[in-house]
Amino acid sequence: MINAIVALLNYVIIPGAAYGAQLALGALGVTLIYGILRFSNFAHGDTMAFGTMVTILLTWWFQSLGIHFWILPTALLALPFGIAITALLLLGTDKAVYKFYRVKKSPPVILVIVSMGVMFMMNGIVRIIIGVGDQQFLDGEKFILSARRWKEMTGLAEPLVLRSTTVLTLVVAVAMVAWLFWFLNKTRTGKSMRAFSDNEDLALLSGINPERVVTVTWIIVAALATVAGVLYGLDKSFKPFVYYQLLLPIFAAAIVGGLGNPLGAIAGGFVIAFSEVTVTYAWKKVLTYALPDSLAPDSLVQLLSTDYKFAVSFAILIIVLLFKPTGLFKGQSV
Amino acid sequence: MTQRSLILFGGVALLYLLTGMFFSWNLSLSILNASLIGALMAQGVNMQWGYAGLFNTGVMGFVALGGLGVVLASSAPVPEGWAAGGPRLIGALIIGALIILGAVILYRKMAKVARRGWILTAYLVAGFFLFRAVFDPAVDAIEAFNPSTAGNLGGLGLPILLSWPVGGLIAAAAAWAIGKTALGLRSDYLAIATLGIAEIVIAVMKNEDWLGRGVKMVNLTERPWPVPKEVELQVSPWFLNMTSSLGLDPVGTSTIVVKLAYAMLFIIILGIVIWLAERALNSPWGRMMRAIRDNEVAAAAMGKNIIRRHLQVFVLGSAVIGIAGAMMTTLDGILNPGTYQPLRFTFLIWVMVIVGGSGNNWGAVLGALLIGWLYLIVEALGPNLMTILTSGLSEGPLKDHLIDSGSQMRLLLMGLLLLVVLRFNPRGLLPEK
Repeated sequence: MINAIVALLNYVIIPGAAYGAQLALGALGVTLIYGILRFSNFAHGDTMAFGTMVTILLTWWFQSLGIHFWILPTALLALPFGIAITALLLLGTDKAVYKFYRVKKSPPVILVIVSMGVMFMMNGIVRIIIGVGDQQFLDGEKFILSARRWKEMTGLAEPLVLRSTTVLTLVVAVAMVAWLFWFLNKTRTGKSMRAFSDNEDLALLSGINPERVVTVTWIIVAALATVAGVLYGLDKSFKPFVYYQLLLPIFAAAIVGGLGNPLGAIAGGFVIAFSEVTVTYAWKKVLTYALPDSLAPDSLVQLLSTDYKFAVSFAILIIVLLFKPTGLFKGQSV
Repeated sequence: MTQRSLILFGGVALLYLLTGMFFSWNLSLSILNASLIGALMAQGVNMQWGYAGLFNTGVMGFVALGGLGVVLASSAPVPEGWAAGGPRLIGALIIGALIILGAVILYRKMAKVARRGWILTAYLVAGFFLFRAVFDPAVDAIEAFNPSTAGNLGGLGLPILLSWPVGGLIAAAAAWAIGKTALGLRSDYLAIATLGIAEIVIAVMKNEDWLGRGVKMVNLTERPWPVPKEVELQVSPWFLNMTSSLGLDPVGTSTIVVKLAYAMLFIIILGIVIWLAERALNSPWGRMMRAIRDNEVAAAAMGKNIIRRHLQVFVLGSAVIGIAGAMMTTLDGILNPGTYQPLRFTFLIWVMVIVGGSGNNWGAVLGALLIGWLYLIVEALGPNLMTILTSGLSEGPLKDHLIDSGSQMRLLLMGLLLLVVLRFNPRGLLPEK
């Protein structure tokens, strides 16, 4: 029985939590843009890819200079610079592209098509600079708890592996989210952002500078996207096309939670991540440990093959859209 | 056709002619064929977006379903596969459809109590396991037969021209199911939902080997009438006589003749679709669609059934995209679900429609021919261009990297083009009248 719990932790709960945290950070970016700028940003996956790429290039540069960050990945050192450069890119994009439509008060669907164009361009930039291949940039200590040490410690047959990137993801994500909520709820700028999101006209009437709100939003989105991208890249690996595909579960997470609602984005991220992992995980091992021998399954007990993980997130998305269009937590519906 | 459109079409024709004269006719015709197919896809998107304002970003899924239609209708049958599990598989699919139908009825008939959700969930979970219990053994049996060359059900072996409408029908059926669930959503939700559904279609096609052999691919050797095979041309006496009297190379000429034949066939189909679309757009139906697009509330007040009209135009547009997908699979002679990428088959089509002019049938064609040419010419010539551009640089990894990335320039270019058109000429090159 203990083996069953350990296997469950090792293959479902821990990876699901890390993936959920990465999705939640991505979904927070989407949801903030939706709340403040009022469109679904199709370029978000490629923003994540761009931020990660900048961080990777800086990481390589630091490594070549011999700079390392104790036992932690060097990428963490490069991260703030990556965020700064991504923020500059996003602010530039806003000035050059989005501002025109915002001033004109174009319908949201036009902005979505515009973000498609931005998506193409960012995708092109990333592919030109770093290429289409897989990049690994993790260094430092790989495991906090390796399979062998676990066995020495407990003597259980089932290994429990704690990878440093998993713990790092959770710690960084919690810190990031805590800071974001503190910022939105306690600071003057954060409050003005929430006011702007809730009721644009009233916010303008009370003297809130819309351009300032938009600028701050893009900077926060750059930080969220870069952090989410780098954590995902450290945990798995970096490949531009995979990042583009992350757009789908991220959107699903943001909508399931309720677009425009930060708390919902976090919940949505974990809902999507855990559903993907549990539905595509082969439960044979856990069930063999948990059930008496007579009931032990002989098939893999996998509900759907791993290729269908997108199908899972979208099935949830469609169900939520049909039955509760504003999401689990009440989001906006423009 | 106005003077403006004549000039623009003439300009695009010139691009293809120059490509043929300065590079090769082979390249020019390859691009033309791909762009003609793109034009048909753009026509489908134009029906949905231009006429009715439906934001469909699942184009790729319908293209792939059209390709699947070719495999199911025209590839060689695998009787052993059928014998192994065909009937059981069909039975499983019918059971699956009945379970879903039952869920819909259950949802409609039951009172709105909190229990309803739980009962429905329990019903669906039980239904899923029932479906898998019938379905899995059938799939195992089919895929066990000769997996290196078959392992699928095979097709019906029909003439390949007949498979094009089949592809359209499959896409239309899928569009009906998708439209029934997703068309009530707001524009950007619809975009996200269709984007995901296209991804699911590709995942199914990659994974379900019994259907189209998945990533192991089905090779289609048949050609539509009247397109001959290159190798047959190269041995036929009249062709050899003709090439020798004109002093041409028979091998090179045969590929060009085949491509020309395809181009003619595609132009005929495209012509028929455009003729029908023009007729529809200038009929009371077309005016009604535009009225719905421009003001849904007013149209509803006039007694128009918005939901039904949206579903209708969504299915029609998707069928056109499906036919185009079937044509593409025929041209390629292979169905490889791994090559379907949303940037190429969804968003590029959107760039075609927006640049050409949404709402205008000729605009979609113009945009497709122009954007298709640009996209493919940069792919073909990008590395050469980068070699010239970087000739001042010293040899080294940076130069190699830049030359390698030359073909990626096209994404940047497409994005830039889309943004420029949206900003300065949002109605496109050939605006709606």
